[in-house]
Amino acid sequence: MQTGTLAAPHTSLQYARCLNGIIRREALRWLNQRGRFISALVRPLVWLVIFAAGFHFVLGVSISPPYRTYIPYEVYIAPGLVGMIQLFNGMQSSLSMVYDREMGSMRTLMVSPFPRWFLLASKLLAGVAVSVVQAYIFFAIAWFWDITPPLTGYIAVLPALILSGLMLGALGLVLSSFIKQLENFAGVMNFVIFPMFFTSSALYPLWRMQQASLPIYWISQFNPFTHAVELIRFALYDSFNPISALVVCAYLGLFMGLAIIGYDPGRGLLARRGGGGD
Amino acid sequence: MAQLSYAFGARQVLHKVDLAVRPGDFSVLLGLNGAGKSTLFALITRLYSARTGRISVYGHDIEREPLAALACLGVVFQQSTLDLDLTVEQNLFYHAALHGMSRRAARLRIEEELSRIGLLDRKADRVRALSGGQKRRVELARALLHAPSLLLLDEPTVGLDMESRRFLLDHVRGLCRSRALGVLWATHLIDEAGEESRVIVLHQGRILADGAASDITQAGESIKGAFDRLTQKQAA
Repeated sequence: MQTGTLAAPHTSLQYARCLNGIIRREALRWLNQRGRFISALVRPLVWLVIFAAGFHFVLGVSISPPYRTYIPYEVYIAPGLVGMIQLFNGMQSSLSMVYDREMGSMRTLMVSPFPRWFLLASKLLAGVAVSVVQAYIFFAIAWFWDITPPLTGYIAVLPALILSGLMLGALGLVLSSFIKQLENFAGVMNFVIFPMFFTSSALYPLWRMQQASLPIYWISQFNPFTHAVELIRFALYDSFNPISALVVCAYLGLFMGLAIIGYDPGRGLLARRGGGGD
Repeated sequence: MAQLSYAFGARQVLHKVDLAVRPGDFSVLLGLNGAGKSTLFALITRLYSARTGRISVYGHDIEREPLAALACLGVVFQQSTLDLDLTVEQNLFYHAALHGMSRRAARLRIEEELSRIGLLDRKADRVRALSGGQKRRVELARALLHAPSLLLLDEPTVGLDMESRRFLLDHVRGLCRSRALGVLWATHLIDEAGEESRVIVLHQGRILADGAASDITQAGESIKGAFDRLTQKQAA
């Protein structure tokens, strides 16, 4: 066999093969890591079964779009819990990228002869594919707790899940490009995941928050996670929330741009953190 | 590469490095820890971007034509970059996909390279179950899957026993001859530079010597002796 027989990839088929390879690896890793697989499902179910049951009689949710009737609290928080799956998944994949970078396997990806933006986007899509599967497994289990949106809602929610998954995954990419060490990841949990979750419309409607605290209400309005949850909520009940869709798209563009800068060999963290192995 | 310099902040890591590896060359880049070997590799593989100097791989400038340049490169990194929870074959298929290869072509190449390193019967095993030497061999097979023209190996034998080191060295030297593969083998283990190798001495980011082993040694001097003489002279 001769050397140098492969030229730089340029056909769409080669791009598709690369994307397929990255998604396949992500799926294999997900299936192999049983703990991650199970905790991703158990976490939202604990919230649904225990937290929502506890608050069932405390919090009533009046009729507000996209719901057409009074709804129990469990029904209200289900879309927020799907958002939670995607938020954790986005952070998990960013954690795995920090881990990959420390362990060196990120280098394998970065020396691939495909454009870096394409490799990062493929990595992002692979994470989204995993989170969408997790979301549907959650919907299937939640059905037994009387979370029964219209059947068409299960189809309509797919693009919303993809868009919100992309946005939250891109946020994870940004964080992974700027976190220097794996140990710093605990900080991400405290300063990113929990504040984003609690200052969103996942657990309580924004109109309630407006009554309780105006500053938190406005923080929630600018919180990308609020709009991810609302996009999912509306789509699940066959409605469309254009403002949330626009906000999610805008944040996706912003985060993706920052991630590309973060992984740029001349400007990003890889260049700044210095020192190879020698 | 020509006149390549690189600094991390105020710390200058490489100073005007000039280096060329020709097809079929087995070039040993000798340097102590901290000499700048891994930084040099990170620049060639575009993990970092060079601000001064120029790197081209088989005529493709790494900044202007990064994709064509990277397609010519095979790399074995200092740290293992295999996914321990995946099988040998799954790791290799992933690499093939990252080079746009079809599953069919990849399967043929995987079998070819694994048989060459004597690990075909381990292709369905998880990488975690392999020994250190076997993992290194798999990394070498992976770096060769897409048939690169230039192979970079960064301290590939660190932590391996004598037999595994010998196997890797002989295998890569054989590839230079049979495939006219250009090889840049970075190491701090001086005995890996055989008498027939081309030796490049890198010390504190500068190239102190570059030539056939016989050219850089003085009468009756070993490569280790020449390395000590050159690096001490630089320190003085």
